[in-house]
Amino acid sequence: MSGSREQILARVRAALADVPSGEHPPDVEVPRDYARSHGRGGADTLVDRLEDYRAIVHRVAADALPDAVAAALQRRGSRSIVVPADLPEAWTATWTDEIGGGADMAAAGAPVLRDDGDGVGLGLGLGALDAVDGVVTGCAVAIAETGTIVLDGGEGQGRRVLTLVPDYHLCVVRADQIVDDVPDAVARLDPRRPLTWISGPSATSDIELDRVEGVHGPRTLEVLIVG
Amino acid sequence: MRIALFITCLNDTLFPDTGRAVVRLLERLGHEVVFPESQTCCGQMHYNTGYRRDAQKLAVRFVKTFDDADVILAPSGSCAAMVRDNYPRLGAAGSRLQRATTALAPRVHDLSELLVDVLGVTDVGAYFPHTVTYHPTCHGLRLLGLGDRPYALLREVRGLELVELPEARECCGFGGTFAVKNPDVSAAMGADKARNVAATGAEVLCAVDNSCLMHIGGTLDRQRAGVKVVHLAEILASTEQEPAQL
Amino acid sequence: MTGTFLGMPTFPEAARAATADAQLRHNLRKATHTIRDKRAEAVGELDDWTRLRAAGKAVKDRTLRHLDHYLEQLEASVTAAGGQVHWAADAAEANRIVTDLVRATGERELVKVKSMATQEIGLNEALEAAGITAYETDLAELIVQLGDDLPSHILVPAIHRNRAEIREIFLREMAAWGTAAPDGLTDDPRALADAARVHLREKFLSTKVAVSGANFAVAETGTLVVLESEGNGRMCLTLPETLISVVGIEKTIPTWDDLDIFLQTLPRSSTGERMNPYTSTWTGVTPGDGPQEFHLVLLDNGRSDVLADEVGRQALRCIRCSACLNICPVYERTGGHAYGSVYPGPIGAILTPQLKGTGGELEASLPYASSLCGACYEVCPVAIDIPEVLVHLREEVASAGGAGHRVEKAAMAAAEWVLDDDRRLGLAQRAVASARSLVPRRLPGPVGAWTDTRDLPDIPEESFRQWWRTREKGKRKRS
Repeated sequence: MSGSREQILARVRAALADVPSGEHPPDVEVPRDYARSHGRGGADTLVDRLEDYRAIVHRVAADALPDAVAAALQRRGSRSIVVPADLPEAWTATWTDEIGGGADMAAAGAPVLRDDGDGVGLGLGLGALDAVDGVVTGCAVAIAETGTIVLDGGEGQGRRVLTLVPDYHLCVVRADQIVDDVPDAVARLDPRRPLTWISGPSATSDIELDRVEGVHGPRTLEVLIVG
Repeated sequence: MRIALFITCLNDTLFPDTGRAVVRLLERLGHEVVFPESQTCCGQMHYNTGYRRDAQKLAVRFVKTFDDADVILAPSGSCAAMVRDNYPRLGAAGSRLQRATTALAPRVHDLSELLVDVLGVTDVGAYFPHTVTYHPTCHGLRLLGLGDRPYALLREVRGLELVELPEARECCGFGGTFAVKNPDVSAAMGADKARNVAATGAEVLCAVDNSCLMHIGGTLDRQRAGVKVVHLAEILASTEQEPAQL
Repeated sequence: MTGTFLGMPTFPEAARAATADAQLRHNLRKATHTIRDKRAEAVGELDDWTRLRAAGKAVKDRTLRHLDHYLEQLEASVTAAGGQVHWAADAAEANRIVTDLVRATGERELVKVKSMATQEIGLNEALEAAGITAYETDLAELIVQLGDDLPSHILVPAIHRNRAEIREIFLREMAAWGTAAPDGLTDDPRALADAARVHLREKFLSTKVAVSGANFAVAETGTLVVLESEGNGRMCLTLPETLISVVGIEKTIPTWDDLDIFLQTLPRSSTGERMNPYTSTWTGVTPGDGPQEFHLVLLDNGRSDVLADEVGRQALRCIRCSACLNICPVYERTGGHAYGSVYPGPIGAILTPQLKGTGGELEASLPYASSLCGACYEVCPVAIDIPEVLVHLREEVASAGGAGHRVEKAAMAAAEWVLDDDRRLGLAQRAVASARSLVPRRLPGPVGAWTDTRDLPDIPEESFRQWWRTREKGKRKRS
């Protein structure tokens, strides 16, 4: 891009004059004998960790998921939510029935806004996202040891902005998406996709280094673990 | 066992009681103490203040003085750490100084290591009827890794009541020339340490390093806190027949 | 509006004022002790911590020893993923690149994620001079920016402020910058966080350009990684049309898989959490999701000088967790401002003099801002031997013989002359002993710093050496 590229690389090479010319990166050994898992995996650990960060967690059977989604949104008093374009309609069907609109209702003021742009970013505007009460998504991976949910924009997750602007995030985790620990998650994820790792609701430790929940991201995270 | 004593320049000049206590203790346990007279100073102050060349000269002297000793005792955690940790870095890689100091380093011990690891004793037959709290100095804690050794020795002393020091792992603020170059921070750290010591209600603060004790003791004395600082050797040397005087 | 560190006093002078500030001392003690305990608990949960630490150190060493290779690889990966890579040799060039990129968008405002690199180069000030307003969005950075203050901590720039002070700053300053603080604002941290949320909301939703740093840049894939807590990072990395990331060249790591180490060690070392609330990773641009224009500015600004020092090089392993600040007894009593640099605490005491050189008085005083207690090395997740580098830099300062060091050098040489001969030492000891009654309670000169707050020990009548000699003579006579 600029003349500085060569200058910086030359300076770096000069600085490394002590490194033998025959040395290659793999010659610098990295001991990888750290644990792949700390032996505390599984849904129980995930629930414990999520609750530790004050997320709301429920475990539900697969066939009870629509009822659980409806119950969560009712408790929250939500009037409108946004969902990714490919979120299974069945997940929100009970709730939309309950609050008096069909899942196929397409009129303005529909309780479920579907982010179905044409795939090149013409989805819902920020104003619309800011106005809804919450968002419902799936996830890519959940890490038991750290209570982390990872979104990769894949099935049932949508664009990153969907889970960021609304103040409430209801996230569905399938049991087979739970891995024990961070190394398994890193191995399973595709870095070419934009990833968001979420561990509890938004928080800050900036005031007297003590953690309080809720700043810019969703202030409430609710998780449904299925199966 | 024949033990070569490296008294250290600070103990030699300002705290000879510690040296006398070491000799009395080790001879009481049936060991022979030798004092190679050509010894002076480990060079820690020079090294830590940025005068490597001066430190190198003193390291050479140390090696010459102690080269034929099998077991070397340095009754100062920081001086023992200087020899063990820093001497091998003083000489260039592969130099004679580096080879000699690397070979010598494992033979150098702090008093608690000598007693517990080399001589295999924790009960040295001591008697010290006082309430004592122990400050694990930074070098004893982090460079030598003394761990439980000093506590194990103190727990076996008859009449001694050991009380826990709050925030024990905190540095006292001595730091050699740090105490003079950054006097305000050093004093602030010393004040906090002194407050923690006083809060224990102990009569005596014990450590394995007279440099830290000089700093904390000087702070306590200035406050007329009524707490005496005593090197571990002096507590372990104290007996019913010959009790240490506070 | 943010001040600069130019013209700061040397560390001992700044520390004199800081140690006397009761409010500051109280704020720092409370915050550092809170986070120390949390860190110890979070690290204690992992029984393989020492192995993770060794692996993290090795990955960084591998990167640094072959940094040219990895930088070229990173550039190729980012470019292939649709990003543009720029190289900045120094602060001025980095500021110029960012300013030009912002100008090209036609925007006059941008939002920022907390970034040490942009603090280091004074980007906000450079943008301001070009008529561009940069809004800091991290809560602590916001507090610093609104208070026209300087950051005092790597992770929590407003650590020197308590909740009551933060409330006052919000009430006084927020209105001038955008949405005002609510009238009834209390000093409850939750209420303060809410005020920040409301204040910045409109900025996030309307601003089209963002500037960030990065915690890691993966050479193999071109992926950038930002760890954060509040969601302000996600806002900046997701909502704007253009994203500009200014990243130090040492932030590179070789592979995606290497992250499994740092995503375990960084949060636990930093905020004492198993995982920070939000981590974002992105690779170039993703059609339909997030900024459609991405620029990576690779920053040298003295790093290649640090790299050239075989002892000091290890400072470039730093992942900016700030565990060394939180554990440091010196930092705890002075706060970050005393270090006169964006990098305070133990890591700052070795990084700043290396990045800027030890020629300046402030920089020359920093390697001495430590009692060498070693607590920083103990907690460092990439095993930077900070005491070793401090001593190494003291050598550099001492051999340059700057202010005060000529006298010190002479004193050290004199001491070494005495100590290099046991007879001379013996004579000196006898001289001291014979003058013991003459030593005043308070000493003059530099040593007076000792007797200002501490009593001197009593000087004994005879040295150990003399005692031993007398004893040996007695033994020989008896035998």
